[in-house]
Amino acid sequence: MKPSLFDYVAPRSVDEAISLLKEDSGAMILAGGQSLIPAMNMRLASPSRLIDIQNIPGLAHITVGNGKIAVGAMARHREVELHDGAAAANPVLRAALGHVAHIPIRNRGTVVGSLCHADAAAEMPMILVLTGGSVLVAGSDGRREIAAQDFFQFHMTTSRQPDEMVVEAQFPVLPPGAGFAFEEFTRRHGDYAIAAAGCILTRNGAGAVATVALAACGVSSKPLRLFAAEQILAGTRLTAADIKAAGDAACAVVTAPGDMHATAGYRKHLFASLVRRAVEKAAARAQ
Amino acid sequence: MARGKIKPKLPQSSDDPRVSVKLTVNGEEVTREVSVRMLLSDFLRHELGLTGTHVGCEHGICGACTIVMDGKAARSCLTFAVQASGREIRTIESLADPDGTLHPLQQAFQDCHGLQCGYCTPGMIMNILSHLESDAEIDLSDAGVREILAGNLCRCTGYQNIIAAVRRAADHMAPKAGQE
Ligand SMILES: Cc1cc2nc3c(=O)[nH]c(=O)nc-3n(C[C@H](O)[C@H](O)[C@H](O)COP(=O)(O)OP(=O)(O)OC[C@H]3O[C@@H](n4cnc5c(N)ncnc54)[C@H](O)[C@@H]3O)c2cc1C
Repeated sequence: MKPSLFDYVAPRSVDEAISLLKEDSGAMILAGGQSLIPAMNMRLASPSRLIDIQNIPGLAHITVGNGKIAVGAMARHREVELHDGAAAANPVLRAALGHVAHIPIRNRGTVVGSLCHADAAAEMPMILVLTGGSVLVAGSDGRREIAAQDFFQFHMTTSRQPDEMVVEAQFPVLPPGAGFAFEEFTRRHGDYAIAAAGCILTRNGAGAVATVALAACGVSSKPLRLFAAEQILAGTRLTAADIKAAGDAACAVVTAPGDMHATAGYRKHLFASLVRRAVEKAAARAQ
Repeated sequence: MARGKIKPKLPQSSDDPRVSVKLTVNGEEVTREVSVRMLLSDFLRHELGLTGTHVGCEHGICGACTIVMDGKAARSCLTFAVQASGREIRTIESLADPDGTLHPLQQAFQDCHGLQCGYCTPGMIMNILSHLESDAEIDLSDAGVREILAGNLCRCTGYQNIIAAVRRAADHMAPKAGQE
């Protein structure tokens, strides 16, 4: 099992990488290689040219400030997971990263690579959607920011243009006093989610829900915000009936067809439980 | 009949673009010209003859090809040799002493019967080693050890003996009180 032929270039700057991308429509960026190389080994992907960005200076940063966690294109999953500043600023990142593959793969794979790969069952795209984050994209016409909601389009499809590269992901910090939760179900530890739900929630002085964000992966063709369930919970005191209603409403977004891991019906049932658990856990953690 | 005379025109060398790589493997600096599509696993095995690194699934699931790169465990089948240029690689061959004395982790695998066919063992050992040698404290609870082993598949032992071997090695490798 070997990749088909390709040319290899390792540019030293983002500008150089972009002009290389522009030159050759069959070119692909190589970051950690933990999704692209398996696809090439199985010849599911055969790029004409690999643009290895590992030697470009200034892409490996993880910084916390201005209300967000900025993660550079070459920051590895494991580095973000172990970053205490990032975990303090928004613990939902660490909670989700523990579910991404296994440690040796997290040692190489990057968070931004995972966002660009955009597997509909992947954890970090869902966290970008849940937190209301964005990606910073560089192209021949300069840089632009794309909100998570607009970035993910479909299975393995984003709104990044072929001659653009993502240079940074930005995850907003957890709002003050907010509770968070990430709940996933898989058959084996480290697999992609059969279904997963994330929740970030704040309560007002009276204990009622002030703000709530819910998101999901594994259940549709892209990571989703669960707006209907959010609306049900807003302003409530989170009685068992409220939480059950939110879980039931969330099921409407499940469109993933049945597969060898889960029938469609089972996935809906599972997802409703995960949403309920995520809300309960986030509520218990909210101050 | 001309049947026996047909000679396939197999190329002697490929048209692959080649690239020079320079890396440190088990403390030794090596420089080679290789195809850009050569995987690090094949580089170690075919170019350097270090066949202790095993190749299983070649898409990252099984963990048999795990090596240590710059102190961290990595899949050599999901890394091109050219990506490893300038880096420091350790493979299973670096563990035992030249006289054959096993490394405490290898010894623990033997003592605890942590292997049967042995195919997954080099990957297991290199992955575990990266944890035992890191500065971060290692969680030796069942859940902690299982988390470390989660990315390495074994189809013989059932894992219990491997978990025991990790604990035994951690115990042997920990600096003893009163010793430096
Ligand atoms: C056994 C195994 C299990 C896994 N399990 C999970 C899992 O449970 N959950 C999960 O989320 N992931 C999982 N992964 C995938 C892993 O998270 C990858 O690391 C990640 O999806 C891709 O990151 P990468 O840096 O390796 O990207 P690469 O493989 O290098 O690239 C992936 C894609 O993104 C593009 N790309 C990368 N960086 C950029 C950029 N800066 N700008 C534009 N395009 C870019 C590439 O061209 C390519 O198309 C698993 C992988 C393996 C091998």
